[in-house]
Amino acid sequence: MKPFTVHRGRVAPLDRVNVDTDQIIPKQFLKRIEKTGFGQFLFNDWRFSNEGKKNPEFVLNEPRYEGATLLVAGKNFGCGSSREHAVWALADFGFRAVISSSFADIFSNNSTKNGFLTVVLREEEVAILMKRAFEIDDYQITVDLEKCEVRDDQGFRANFAIDSFVRHCLLNGLDDIGLTLQHAAEIDEFERLHPMPFASQA
Amino acid sequence: MVGQQTLFQKIWDRHLVAQPAGRSPIIYIDLHLVHEVTSPQAFDGLRAAGRKVRRPTRTVATVDHNVPTEPRGTPITDLIAARQIAALQQNCKEFGIQLFDMDSPEQGIVHVIGPELGLTQPGMTIVCGDSHTSTHGAFGALAFGIGTSEVEHVLATQCLAQQKPKTMKIDVRGRLADGVTAKDLALGIIGQIGTDGATGHVIEYAGPAVRALSMEGRMTLCNMSIEAGARAGMVAPDETTISYLKGKKFAPTGKAWEQAVAYWRSLPSDGGAQFDKVVEIDAAQLCPFVTWGTNPGMVAPVTGRVPGMNGLKEAERRATELALQYMGLEPGRKIEDINIDRVFIGSCTNSRIEDLRAAARVAKGHHVSTKVRAMVVPGSQAVKRAAEQEGLHRIFQDAGFEWRESGCSMCLGMNPDILQPGERCASTSNRNFEGRQGRGGRTHLVSPMMAAAAAIAGHFTDIRNWKFE
Ligand code: SF4
Repeated sequence: MKPFTVHRGRVAPLDRVNVDTDQIIPKQFLKRIEKTGFGQFLFNDWRFSNEGKKNPEFVLNEPRYEGATLLVAGKNFGCGSSREHAVWALADFGFRAVISSSFADIFSNNSTKNGFLTVVLREEEVAILMKRAFEIDDYQITVDLEKCEVRDDQGFRANFAIDSFVRHCLLNGLDDIGLTLQHAAEIDEFERLHPMPFASQA
Repeated sequence: MVGQQTLFQKIWDRHLVAQPAGRSPIIYIDLHLVHEVTSPQAFDGLRAAGRKVRRPTRTVATVDHNVPTEPRGTPITDLIAARQIAALQQNCKEFGIQLFDMDSPEQGIVHVIGPELGLTQPGMTIVCGDSHTSTHGAFGALAFGIGTSEVEHVLATQCLAQQKPKTMKIDVRGRLADGVTAKDLALGIIGQIGTDGATGHVIEYAGPAVRALSMEGRMTLCNMSIEAGARAGMVAPDETTISYLKGKKFAPTGKAWEQAVAYWRSLPSDGGAQFDKVVEIDAAQLCPFVTWGTNPGMVAPVTGRVPGMNGLKEAERRATELALQYMGLEPGRKIEDINIDRVFIGSCTNSRIEDLRAAARVAKGHHVSTKVRAMVVPGSQAVKRAAEQEGLHRIFQDAGFEWRESGCSMCLGMNPDILQPGERCASTSNRNFEGRQGRGGRTHLVSPMMAAAAAIAGHFTDIRNWKFE
């Protein structure tokens, strides 16, 4: 997994609440059996018309947000389906993190497994970043996981909370399957103590 | 002596494998359900790392999301979907996992077949790469959806590293009136607490109205927990649970059954157990609901109207405007005046035998409106057989409903069953997100009875006034 330490980049504002994973990556693109190449389908139904033409109204199609690596969005981002394809699509498109006042649980879990950060700030703080991203050309911010801090050149500075183990894995790019396998002896022991005679014998 | 514990806490403690300092607890997973859409990349990951599936016997797979609902044996015309199904077949073979394939009499939506085969049991930890895994909580299991990376993690270790969620009790007082179903209860709850009202929490549904629900009703309720943002939803096991499981294919028998039942009876939350949050609902206040917007919290009584913008905060106001624009509706429109083009009775929320019985009771002796195309998609092959034995398929077909093969179908339209742009659908599924049932399609979530009645009337209508034959 790619580590996440400190990242500075251009901000794109997505001023909507409850952005669900069906919008982030519509179902017609879930049939691929690879993990790569989903970026081209990110927000497909918002970015493109039925005929595949770019929708000029959609924020990510505005030239001024080209190359953005940080997305600021309304509350409850990533709700709905558990599809990890949503994170793969955001990352493949070039984003490194999403900033919002809340995230759906499965989406946050999926993010951290891909070196992708979900940053929770207070609603007022998200509103400031959103406003600046709309008003300031090439608005850039720094997301600093070492200090658990978001800052910009205009004096904005806010701290965010993150589970310490999740942070440790992200900073070091650790694969948590490997970490769990360090406990193989305990898993063996658990299975010995809990044969679960009444568990399904599928 | 531990203090008073919740159902969730009892299951969590029992499954704790290790609690490494400064890291997420590691819990054991009893049952891992697998389907074609969220698993191929996980199996690839295993291969790349040279890992095996740790407990193939605790892993069960089926195909549901993109299987066609035309008669079985018809070749799959969508080559990419066919490739995904073939990948699952190959992976199950290579890693020694039992697969209920397209042609299996046990095939069906993963959340329908787990319970009906008796794989789902109280006190278990159950995961699947699918958010509606919360369905299995109806049995008093801790069941939740995971992403593909976690699917790989469970395949490799039979464990998950998880932060412990908080608990929320939803206490439903009183009784549901006739015509008000578990689906309406679920929609009523989400309408009240919002689509992020339970984020970070495991819900336990309790109270007399929940106890009175059948297992099918409890599954419908737990299924929709994720639409309130919950990590999982659960109902404590009781006599209803135990008699449902007795004799099921993978349920224990003999002495093992006795032991299991004794364990199950120890699971319900203790009297004084504390929850992080408690919500009370008065069942008598609930009615048949219809969603009018683009998330399941945007819900109104069938006798009500599409709401206006008064009193909404800026962000909510914009969300409402966008939703109404997408849905082609204006504030103040009477719900019963909304005409529909399509009806879908199916999905892991409402495709079980009891759902089909309820819909058939409404359809009997009537005919689907000439302006409506309606389909019934049983949740599994077993549900389909049971319905056909009872003659439900005849009732549906005589009334002009299409009777299809089992699968997820138009719940998410990964197979050819989709809405056309602008088409409006009364659906018994769980999500009314933009484009969920087909790009530009407009979904209204309702109960099976309400869907059947809408098919016949051509618009939404209050099932409480229905003339049953
Ligand atoms: S029926 Fe719908 S919600 Fe249920 S598993 Fe299938 S696609 Fe998901």
